[in-house]
Amino acid sequence: MTHSEGHGAVTSTATDPAELAKFEAMAAEWWDPEGKFKPLHMLQPVRLDYVTTQIAAEFGRDLGTERPFEGLRLLDIGCGGGLLCEPMARLGADVVGVDPAARNIPVAQLHAEQSGLQIDYRVNTAEALAEAGELFDVVLNMEVVEHVPDPASYLTACRALLKPGGLHICSTLNRNPKSFMMGIVGAEHVMRWLPKGTHDWRKFITPDELYDLLRGAGMEPVDRTGMVFNPLSWQWRLSGRDLSVNYVTAARAPAAEV
Amino acid sequence: MDNAARRRDKSAMQHALIIGGGLNGPALALALAKAGIGATLLDALPAETRSAPGFDGRAYALAAASVKLLKALGVWEAVAAEAQPIEEIKVTDGVAGEGAGPFWLHFERGALEEGPMGQMVEDRHLRPALLAALEGAGVTQRAGAKVIAQETGPGGARVTLEGGEVLEGTLIVGADGRRSGTAMRAGLKRRGTEYGQIAVTCAVAHERPHEGVAHQFFMPGGPLAILPLSGNRSSIVWSERAARAEALMAMEEEAFLAALRPAFGSHLGQISLASKRFSYPLGLSLAERFVAARLALVGDAAHGLHPLAGQGLNAGFRDVAALAEVLGAAVRRGEDIGSAPVLARYQSWRGFDTAALAMATDGFNRLFSNDNPLLRAGRRLGLGAVSALPGLRRGLMREAAGLTGDLPPLMR
Repeated sequence: MTHSEGHGAVTSTATDPAELAKFEAMAAEWWDPEGKFKPLHMLQPVRLDYVTTQIAAEFGRDLGTERPFEGLRLLDIGCGGGLLCEPMARLGADVVGVDPAARNIPVAQLHAEQSGLQIDYRVNTAEALAEAGELFDVVLNMEVVEHVPDPASYLTACRALLKPGGLHICSTLNRNPKSFMMGIVGAEHVMRWLPKGTHDWRKFITPDELYDLLRGAGMEPVDRTGMVFNPLSWQWRLSGRDLSVNYVTAARAPAAEV
Repeated sequence: MDNAARRRDKSAMQHALIIGGGLNGPALALALAKAGIGATLLDALPAETRSAPGFDGRAYALAAASVKLLKALGVWEAVAAEAQPIEEIKVTDGVAGEGAGPFWLHFERGALEEGPMGQMVEDRHLRPALLAALEGAGVTQRAGAKVIAQETGPGGARVTLEGGEVLEGTLIVGADGRRSGTAMRAGLKRRGTEYGQIAVTCAVAHERPHEGVAHQFFMPGGPLAILPLSGNRSSIVWSERAARAEALMAMEEEAFLAALRPAFGSHLGQISLASKRFSYPLGLSLAERFVAARLALVGDAAHGLHPLAGQGLNAGFRDVAALAEVLGAAVRRGEDIGSAPVLARYQSWRGFDTAALAMATDGFNRLFSNDNPLLRAGRRLGLGAVSALPGLRRGLMREAAGLTGDLPPLMR
């Protein structure tokens, strides 16, 4: 396969050619379905199905139309290489992606530019954005909450980022013997999907605990759904019943400030 | 097409460049239009050659699942009146000089709740119906457009036509047959087997009605299929060793009919030729992968199968339905239809399915194209056993009708 010089390539960010080459390699790695981020790519269709369906339902949008999320301001926390930001931008949302890891941002910027998408990527955190008074219609908070030291104060910052009636989508891992086996022994030690030590099982949160945390932060939970991996079909699916390992929730901010 | 699809089509944010305007290419363009994805269909042949009616008698045995796809694409209505349902299938092991063997495998009529096992549709009806449907779907068609180069990058793909014109899109689809230039330019290797066999095909007119019965005789030189066409006509596909097939092609009409009669049998009365004879060398040709960077292959470009039991076009339509489903779902999720993660889903859906089918048809042909008495006894027992066990027989029928496996929604 020939990759043509300059076709779809970056025109503006490139300053140091060695830096650019490094970012290009990292962007390619983020978007390689068989590469380092294979577990995220396998999860991607069900994550996106959930996110798009919830946003469409909450804001009365039709996913059969072009750019259904036009006019919605969306924040993705922990955006990495932009795996969630790009689809949201393609669907018309006005997207801000933040990641505390500075090395991810130029990589995500480069890939968005290659894809012809306008996305506002920043090295930043939810807490800092909240402090600055930024507001969003939708906040995506995927696979982050199990990594933060104080989930209650973190979710309070996420709540502060929502406009009245805004939607907060949050996924994490349940805490029970099965999630320990699947999420840590399976994913980190057996499958080597994730580096050892990625997760601390004690920080996993049960769905009831998460609902309580969301309510405590001032949000109203509207849905929770399991994401279940089937090792026979090697695919993920959404399940209304099985929230035993991975699951995702949707919660909304009150329509008017009290 | 609904309003949403039409609106999206115009913007053409995500756009497929389909190379090859045979049958799979147009079917895919229609299926993508339904999913709200724009497509440009490029065919190397000039417009007048493409729209010229195909010769009489070249026909496809469309499995029930393929008929469902054509219905979903709004093409079936235009060919239904000329189609001949396959109501029954009789499979026999033939012995050279002795005609049909005594053990029959019989797929009886009315056994599938979905209706007939398949439909015989002639090329001269199917091809124009697909092209006419494209006009209504707003697909951009380019006849006489020979692709000489293709390039892909992280942001898109483009093809260069002879004459220098460049077209851009999100994804390139190769629907350009078993010698696919699209696959070759992408550096996708092929592996394959030549069988040293040639299929001779033509239409035969006969005295008595065929009652919608299809026959398949496994002869030592290769299988002979007799497939019902509308009226008192049948399409034959006669696979023979290369030298014998060449001799059959060279014969005068009367000599050819005389050679055909012992195998064809007398159950349909007097026979005569109803079309010219055409020949196709048989072989299996499989691309090592069905996807590459911003590129997917469908139909024979991905897998040229032994045409036993007419599985070639049916397998191609299954690719079309699966690719349209994968890309349609990706667009609704906001994904890039040419990106590696999306194309990997098509590869994993179709890759295994096709390898299994290719191995099965290849093995079946090798088993039956053989005059070894031991093999012959074994396959006769096997056919008898399948016939005696209704569950197994129904399973095989559903398989032949394309109603098994992980069916794309367009075929359900």
